Amino acid sequence: MAHEHKLEIFRGLWKFKSNTQKIWGVLAFLTLVTAVEVVLGIYKPAVLTGTYVLGMKLLNWIFIILTLVKAYYISWDFMHLRDEKSALRRAIVWTPIFLVLYLVFILLVEANYIFEIYKDGFVKWNF
Amino acid sequence: MDTTVTTEIKENAWGGGNRPLGASYGKLMMWFFLVSDALTFSGFLAAYGFSRFKFMETWPIADEVFTHVPFFHGNYPMIYVAFMTFILIMSSVTMVLAVDAGHKMKKNAVIWYMFATIIGGAIFVGSQAWEWATFIRGDYGAVETKGGRILQFVDAETGNRVALADFAKTIPSERVAHKENNGIWFYGEGTRTSFTVNEVIEGFKANPSLAIKTETINEEGEKVVLSRQESLSKLADASQVVEGANLIHNEYGSRLFADFFFFITGFHGFHVFSGVVINLIIFFNVVLGTYERRGHYEMVEKVGLYWHFVDLVWVFVFTFFYLV
Repeated sequence: MAHEHKLEIFRGLWKFKSNTQKIWGVLAFLTLVTAVEVVLGIYKPAVLTGTYVLGMKLLNWIFIILTLVKAYYISWDFMHLRDEKSALRRAIVWTPIFLVLYLVFILLVEANYIFEIYKDGFVKWNF
Repeated sequence: MDTTVTTEIKENAWGGGNRPLGASYGKLMMWFFLVSDALTFSGFLAAYGFSRFKFMETWPIADEVFTHVPFFHGNYPMIYVAFMTFILIMSSVTMVLAVDAGHKMKKNAVIWYMFATIIGGAIFVGSQAWEWATFIRGDYGAVETKGGRILQFVDAETGNRVALADFAKTIPSERVAHKENNGIWFYGEGTRTSFTVNEVIEGFKANPSLAIKTETINEEGEKVVLSRQESLSKLADASQVVEGANLIHNEYGSRLFADFFFFITGFHGFHVFSGVVINLIIFFNVVLGTYERRGHYEMVEKVGLYWHFVDLVWVFVFTFFYLV
């Protein structure tokens, strides 16, 4: 069993004396990220909702990136992926990422196409 | 068999005790399950994204749907879901602390951390049940047009939602109960609402301060409020009153929103529930000293993986359902 833990996060920027301390440190960070998300979600700054990056609001990009950051720390530190062999880690992480990116790409492009048809095509939607 | 063994371990590869990738059999199988479950949830969320992109301009705004906090009146968007998220992260922390205590063979610490985890999970499931109940009951009520669009009522000046009960007139009318002998026998009677469409329409005409909010989202990302004249002509299409949400009607807007809400948070809630049950089983095993006798607490680690996964999924559900 992997009893030894790697006791640093943020690429060694934040080091801990014990595994218990690292857990509380990660909790503090996750709480902070969630709080930032909620505050942004309630106030929705006009600067972020008005700016579009790659066809999506900047605010939504921020939400998605913060979510991935949270997912990283949950799986790396709570699920101990940080302490597993890198081959196992890659097998677990990249398999879903590849499949999900593919699925999401296909579905969203198709949905956007249907949206355009409803909007500009000859299908009457405004009953 | 000796020709198939390529590891440095001198044991028989099929006799057990062999640990590919340095992880035990049980943990590897848990990871197999979690990856496939992650793909299932991804499928649901991708389907949600599909429907949302398809109806991009009419999709409900989550901030306007989930505005309630138990025991408090008023408009508090996001607050309660944020609380639920924190509860789940917190129970993830107590779980990982239990795993850590298990590595150090501290039985009592494992018991208390597992207990805290179970309590956290129970609070989360309870909160989700409350959220469902609130969503199903609805708050202001709306009318549905013949084409299936939802029209909500707002104060024309402030833009605040107005409940049907605040303006609908009471018009006495005869109601004929639908029975097999006076109607089509295989049709049910349908749900009775607090007001008839006629009562709502007459009440709307009598209150000049009211206007109608449509499902359409404008450039600023807000729902379009019609002028008084447009509202009156739109209301002529009204076909029925909708209070609350179910799989067929949804007073908050697109019915697909309600369908996905029930489906995705329901599936996640089911995971939390089963997680609590599995945690309870392991909890009792810890109390009985099963793992103390076995010499290691790996079972706690394995249910811990499942529990963290439930938290991980919620992080994504939270983002795609409530934030984005």
